[in-house]
Amino acid sequence: MKSSVITFPGSNCDRDMDVALKKFGFTNKMVWHDDNELPKSDLVVLPGGFSYGDYLRCGSMASKSKIMQSVINFAKSGGLVMGICNGFQILVETGLVPGVLLRNKYLEFICKNVFVKLDNKENTYFKNLNKDVLEFHIAHNEGNYFCTKDQLKEIKDNNQIAIYYCNNEGKVEDQYNPNGSIKNIAGIFNKEKNVLGMMPHPERMIDQSLSGEDGSIFFKNLINNIK
Amino acid sequence: MKVSAIITLKKDVLDPQGKVIHQALDGMGFENISEVRQGKYFEIDVNENDPKKAKAVVEDMCKKLLANLVIENFKIIETQ
Repeated sequence: MKSSVITFPGSNCDRDMDVALKKFGFTNKMVWHDDNELPKSDLVVLPGGFSYGDYLRCGSMASKSKIMQSVINFAKSGGLVMGICNGFQILVETGLVPGVLLRNKYLEFICKNVFVKLDNKENTYFKNLNKDVLEFHIAHNEGNYFCTKDQLKEIKDNNQIAIYYCNNEGKVEDQYNPNGSIKNIAGIFNKEKNVLGMMPHPERMIDQSLSGEDGSIFFKNLINNIK
Repeated sequence: MKVSAIITLKKDVLDPQGKVIHQALDGMGFENISEVRQGKYFEIDVNENDPKKAKAVVEDMCKKLLANLVIENFKIIETQ
């Protein structure tokens, strides 16, 4: 299975993602933001970081970079595109997934482990996953998901909510919402479910001795679903 | 000619920075404030002499990049 990770100026989780994808069997290529063509890929990942120094709005400059036109075309033709953290911010700026990511409610940079509840397994990312609650890591300043009332109705009607912030038992409540996101939303799909944007970092949870293994569960399942 | 654009957050979007600035102003003795909202200001020198055309170009920029219309409004002002 072939994957591509896009590196923007200021990306800093691109190599972590490369390590994670290779560990679970992907043949990964790093792609520079200024390239025109995407290599043949089964999965394209927009990694975390601070592309373009978060100028203007997080992800806004990256969403207009050269390679993104190919990524958008790839997504629109049904290709799998996953945006993590800053990658999620880039995805919302392209309009591939609805909504925006505002500054965290309490104006703090949040760096900690969180639990997320899967809401929808009818998609390539989470199909066949034998857990409903996963422990991932978040590290962001702008992860406060916001959308208009009409958009919220639409994403609910189309089952586009991918994951919610919750506790270790999967309870989705206000007190487990780290950043003020509307309805505890931590990740969103596009309508067709081939594009996934999420704030948590699965690539940081792939080693028992360093962190945890829930990222491993996610990636192993993902590559099996793509095969 | 120079055209300016002011980007402001829409009414129902939370502005925590504005709130903190409000609190600071309040603490400094500026007590007669009901709300502070923070926005962005752009000054763009467009190589165009027709004000209508210059404004139209900046409006396009606002829609495509400078503002995110999910959360922000923009206003265009001809400055020169």
